[in-house]
Amino acid sequence: MLRNVFAFLAGGLFGAGLLVSGMTNTEKVQGWLDIFGAWDPTLAFVLGGAILPMTVAWNIAARRARPALGGEMPGKPGAEIDRNLVIGSLMFGAGWGLAGLCPGPAVASISWGGLGGVVFLLAMIGGMVVAPAARRQLDSMATALGSQSSNSGA
Amino acid sequence: MEMDWIWGLVGGLMIGSAAAVFLLVNGRIMGASGIVGGLVDRSGWGTWAERLAFVAGLVAIPALMRPLFTGDISTHITSNLWVVIAAGLLVGVGTRLANGCTSGHGVCGISRFSLRGMGATVFYLLAGGLAVVVFRHVLGVI
Repeated sequence: MLRNVFAFLAGGLFGAGLLVSGMTNTEKVQGWLDIFGAWDPTLAFVLGGAILPMTVAWNIAARRARPALGGEMPGKPGAEIDRNLVIGSLMFGAGWGLAGLCPGPAVASISWGGLGGVVFLLAMIGGMVVAPAARRQLDSMATALGSQSSNSGA
Repeated sequence: MEMDWIWGLVGGLMIGSAAAVFLLVNGRIMGASGIVGGLVDRSGWGTWAERLAFVAGLVAIPALMRPLFTGDISTHITSNLWVVIAAGLLVGVGTRLANGCTSGHGVCGISRFSLRGMGATVFYLLAGGLAVVVFRHVLGVI
C-alpha cells in the first residue's frame, strides 16, 4: 500500500514539475529543438534542474543496500549503445519534434490537452502495442542481413 | 518569457526530486515510457498497482493545479491530426525500442553517467531538431 502511495506522490510531483517547467507546452519544446528559429533555451534548464537532485539520489542509492520500502535498487545500466537504442531514439526524437510531446507530458496534460492530446496518447499507446512486433521484425532483419553478409564474406 | 528559465529550473528540480523519491523509496527508475509501456504490453503487469498509482498521480496533480495558473497553459498541440497520429506512433514505438524516453534515459540515465542514457539523448535530440527543421522550415507542416 505504502509503495502505491509513494508512486502516486512521485507521479504527482513529476506532473507538477512538467507543468511548472512548461514542458506540457509543445511550443516551448519545439522552440528548444528549433535551433534555426526563435530558439528557446528553457528545456536545458529543465533537464539540468532535474539531473541535479538525481545525481545526489544515485550517490545515496550506491551507499544503501535497499530502497526505503524494500526490494532491490535498479541494476547497473548496460554499457552498449545497440541498434534498437539508436533506431528507437531516432524514431522517438522525430515524433517528439513533430508534436512537441514526450510520454510524461502527454500523460500529465491529458485532462486539458483536448482532442489533439487524446489522439496523441492513443497513437502513442498504439505504438507501444506494436513495439514488441517491431522489435522482433528488426531482430529477424538483422539476422538475415548478418547471415547474408557472412555468406558473401565466405 | 524572460522568467521562463527560472520556472524551467524550478520545474526541473521538481521532476528530479520526483525521480529521486521513486528511486530511493520504491527502488524504481522513473521513466514515463517504461511505466506506461509495461502496462500496455503486459511486460509490467507484475507491478501494475505501483505503475497505475504513478500514472494516477501524474494525471491528477497537474489537473488539480491547473486552476492555480493564471497564464496560458494550453498545450498548443498542432490541429493537424495526421501529424499528431504519426508523432504519437513514432514516440510509442521508438521509446519502447530504445527502452526509455526523456525521463528514463535523459533524467535518470545521464545523472548516473549511463552510456546508453547519454547515447539515447544525443540521438533523440538530433532527430527532434531535424524533424523541426524539416517539417517547420522546409515543408511548413508544423
